Amino acid sequence: MNGLALYRSYIRNCLRAQMLYPTAFLLRLVTQFAITITEFAGLFALFVRFGHIRGWTFAEIALFYGTVSTAFALTDVATRGFEMFGPQFVKTGDFDRVLLRPRSATLQLMGFEFGFTSLGRVLQGLIALAVGVGLTPIDWSVAKALLLLWAMTGGVALFFGIQVLQGTLSFWTVESLEIVNTLTYGGVEAAQYPLDIYAAWFRKFLIFVVPLGCVVYFPVAAILGRSDVAGVTPLVGALTPFAGFVFLAIAFAAWRRGIRHYTSTGS
Amino acid sequence: MTAAILPYLAILRARFILMLQYRAAAFAGFATQCWWGVIKIMVMAAFYAGAAHQPINLAQAITYTWLGQAFLALLPWQADAEISEAVESGNIAYERLRPVDTHLLWLVRAAAMRAANTSLRLVPMFIVAAVLLPLAGLAEWSWRLPPNLAAGALFAVSITLAALLSSGFTVLLNIAVTALKTRRAANIAPVLVTPLSGMIVPLVLMPAWSQPLLFWQPFAGLVDIPYRIYFANLTGVGALAGLAAQALWIVLFILIGRAWMNRVMARVDMQGG
Repeated sequence: MNGLALYRSYIRNCLRAQMLYPTAFLLRLVTQFAITITEFAGLFALFVRFGHIRGWTFAEIALFYGTVSTAFALTDVATRGFEMFGPQFVKTGDFDRVLLRPRSATLQLMGFEFGFTSLGRVLQGLIALAVGVGLTPIDWSVAKALLLLWAMTGGVALFFGIQVLQGTLSFWTVESLEIVNTLTYGGVEAAQYPLDIYAAWFRKFLIFVVPLGCVVYFPVAAILGRSDVAGVTPLVGALTPFAGFVFLAIAFAAWRRGIRHYTSTGS
Repeated sequence: MTAAILPYLAILRARFILMLQYRAAAFAGFATQCWWGVIKIMVMAAFYAGAAHQPINLAQAITYTWLGQAFLALLPWQADAEISEAVESGNIAYERLRPVDTHLLWLVRAAAMRAANTSLRLVPMFIVAAVLLPLAGLAEWSWRLPPNLAAGALFAVSITLAALLSSGFTVLLNIAVTALKTRRAANIAPVLVTPLSGMIVPLVLMPAWSQPLLFWQPFAGLVDIPYRIYFANLTGVGALAGLAAQALWIVLFILIGRAWMNRVMARVDMQGG
């Protein structure tokens, strides 16, 4: 069985297991959607009150919001294995078994659990995107649509990288670190707004350290024809999502170091 | 009289000590909350830059944000984990065997859990947001003190009522978990609590027509009412109305909880043998 076929059968098995309790599954999906959509509704309420945020309209923010939320939710569906790596694999010593199998650890961890219930958040993200696309007066072209897709792909790579780093840290800390949530959930919270509303140090952090700005802010600003505000040319804005893949590559380099460092907890 | 109170006090103390064990988790949670607070404040400042005249001003909105982070653990997001485990293992039987009133017992346990968790986070958050931020030259981003003694005193009453309200709702969640025999029954809580308490957007910033509705629904008493009393946005009759709304819902939650518990416990199934 090749890797892809194996991965597909992981997905199938996991879905079947979760569907053993269809009501519970559906409830979690609906809850996830309800929680995240009220956050989006809260954003709308703020715009009803304030009108705009540093000159950006609700529809424009919805496009930023939808891009980052969808990218995060899609990643969250597939990377639970890395997120739960500390308590599930390092603490228990189960990672020994993963290493013994003649398949890559990455593939096995990606197949560990599928957070299908995160599809509730995917739906929220897509609704935000639809609102953004529907309400902004953009001249849509194939190039712009591709750029949006490319931005989201970069976002998925970046969030995947963050989860891999969280897994990597567990080689040393054993426990999962809640602090990483500042980059995942906190990242979604921060990148749903254009970076020009933030203080300079925070903006730099989101561009050069955890490049959320590169995967969301610059490309979406280019789509909205607001690259001037973002301070880069549209061409640069179209290239920056590549930073997400650089981040992912660095995360995997760290991950490989972590595997070399790994010593089993025994038995 | 005193002898009757002793078992509840013992539970309160035991739970408090237990909750204080999780210091590492509390520290990670604390750092996360500081980060969260900083993001929210920058967003708020950006919104206010374009429209200064609002029901609460920027300094108040910032204080609201810090209060929200400091008192985060006071919110009833989930049922009591021990009760959920007891329901799933069958140990719920022991809850009924104890020679004390089960509803009051659960209420006291919930109050201890919320109070212990909150006290762990409250002090460091105050030091960072109210003391260190001004020292670092970021006074406009800091957590301000109440404008006068009366506001501070009323806030002390109101936040205590908020803790009771939260505990009353936690007991309702416990009963729901017991009735449906799954901890998932409590999953509805964050859907209601997060938006309706004012954690996502301060309720006072919602559209004017919705204000009476939002003020008198139960969850406003967890966040919006005590915080507005803190920075004297609610004073005099308004503050008293806020306290009355909190008291009203505490009484209702307890009455509903007691009636519901009697019905559920009359036919509770035990797992195991």
